[in-house]
Amino acid sequence: MTTPLLEVEDLGVAFTRKGEPDSVAVDGVSFDVQPGEVVGLVGESGCGKSVTSLAIMRLLPERGVRVSGSARMEGTDLLTLSDSAMREKRGRDLSMVFQDPLSSLNPVIEIGLQVTEVLKRHRGMKSDAARREAAELLERVGIPDPRRRLDSYPHQMSGGMRQRVMIAIALACRPRLLIADEPTTALDVTIQAQILELLKELVADSGTALVMITHDLGVVAGLCDRVNVLYGGRIVERAERHRLFAKPRHPYTYGLLGSIPRLDAPPGEDLNAIRGSVNDNLPWASACAFAPRCPRALEKCTEITPAPELVGGRFLRCHNPVPAEA
Amino acid sequence: MVTTWANRRRTRIDDLATGRSLGADALVRLRRNPVAIVGAVIIALFILVSIFAPWIAPHDASQAFPELQEGLRPDVIPGAQPGFPLGSDQNGRDFFSRMILASRQTLLVGVFATVIGLIFGVLIGVLAGAFGGWVDTLLMRFTDVLLSIPSLLLAISIAALAARPSQTTVIIAVAIVGVPIFARLLRGSMLAQRDSDHVTAATALGVKRRAIVLRHMVPNAIGPVIVQATLTLATAILDAAALSFLGLGDGDPARAEWGLMLANAQAYLDVRPALAFYPAIAIILVALGFTLLGEALREALDPKGRR
Repeated sequence: MTTPLLEVEDLGVAFTRKGEPDSVAVDGVSFDVQPGEVVGLVGESGCGKSVTSLAIMRLLPERGVRVSGSARMEGTDLLTLSDSAMREKRGRDLSMVFQDPLSSLNPVIEIGLQVTEVLKRHRGMKSDAARREAAELLERVGIPDPRRRLDSYPHQMSGGMRQRVMIAIALACRPRLLIADEPTTALDVTIQAQILELLKELVADSGTALVMITHDLGVVAGLCDRVNVLYGGRIVERAERHRLFAKPRHPYTYGLLGSIPRLDAPPGEDLNAIRGSVNDNLPWASACAFAPRCPRALEKCTEITPAPELVGGRFLRCHNPVPAEA
Repeated sequence: MVTTWANRRRTRIDDLATGRSLGADALVRLRRNPVAIVGAVIIALFILVSIFAPWIAPHDASQAFPELQEGLRPDVIPGAQPGFPLGSDQNGRDFFSRMILASRQTLLVGVFATVIGLIFGVLIGVLAGAFGGWVDTLLMRFTDVLLSIPSLLLAISIAALAARPSQTTVIIAVAIVGVPIFARLLRGSMLAQRDSDHVTAATALGVKRRAIVLRHMVPNAIGPVIVQATLTLATAILDAAALSFLGLGDGDPARAEWGLMLANAQAYLDVRPALAFYPAIAIILVALGFTLLGEALREALDPKGRR
């Protein structure tokens, strides 16, 4: 195995408030990303996937947040880097695409300026060259008439186009790592497919590694090489995509896959939803957080924290996993 | 001024087709607002009159005319007569010319005081909003102190500090009153910007702090401040007039200034009320004009109005 591009180890994020117990959002999360690989972080709302990405990008507020562990990119720990060194890296070495493309673009300045800003900042380009390059970038992400579009304002573009622009900006300096935080959630289904296809193509072309954060298993199925499933701030299962979809072992993963509506299901059949909500979680410290919602929960699930194990190339955190041959 | 729903609908589609910036969009909505039109007309008239005052005024404002002075009695001040449309003032000068020329003083004081207040207010607001922490605390407590004193009282206190009251001291006093208002407003919207998605996105792209503040935060935060400036112009004019009225302005009796004219007219209220009436109406109209335009501007720039 080659040396990983990004190595997140024992990452923890807690929100602290005076007079109140810390609220732990991410707890001992470890995963790695190989150069050019597409890695998924999957889980429901509140499982800590966005906080993980913000922690790696160092975009969490400094006050009231405690970050522990490390996130090494090519040997440098991003979490202990100085602010100015981190500013140099952001946009150049690692970049991020956010969920809502409208609010992520500055509404009062033209698209062109927002693309050239990054080019000037990290690639030291002069105005004219940056503008030419910006038009090429917009063309590459499939924006028609890019030269004219440089003078458009964000509100004059459709949601899909704006997300294309965001992607163009994020990839403008050919970063080695791109974090995409639910980049298609705010878009409609047809546009979602286009954007995913575009992302897939671009990262494959440029050799950029992609961390895909999503709650949409369809996105994972079409895109990711390896998938991390998060629950309650911890990774409960990690496996290579085909293996995960073919044989989910953790009851949570199993439940997630089972809860997808199927067209070939007999009419009238109930959807297999996971019962309960994240509010039912137990603290990981002395139990499995998922136990109250788990159909396979044993007595010890509410008493002993399940230890992470490696089973046949698969990372698993469960006392009573779904049998492999089932 | 009645716009049918269908018409409005059509223009909106046109807007989308031509593709307008936020500012141009606001301008279109401003033009459709009768309140804005009224305000703009008043202000335009006022500005035109003050620019061309020496040409509009038929006479020298500081010169007393024998034919007017002749008519002056302790209980009579001559009214309109050929060549003097508004008659005489208490000193036998042409009242109409004085009214016209006084508009210059008002515009000058109002604009200078507002602009100076705006500059310092914006400076403080940007510093507080961009740095936060103790810088913010320090600057905001300072503005709190200024804001805790009623604005006119503050202006009077500052103007009274001056050794020799003059136009400049009036401008400075009125400007200082405006500073905390602008500072606080800008700081508030800067803070809102700091947590906005596009600022986070710009940070995630490694944009420098200075560029984030100046390019991504200030332009998005300045809107309400510009609107406030229009409204503050109205208060600045009122405050300046009040200072003159109270004798804290330039006391030179030859100078034509609405607030001062109003103060001097007091003694002749029962002899010739028109001497008080016209300057008062002028002050009210101009202040009203700026207030109307400011309110309309606020509506036009309000993102919730963009539908």
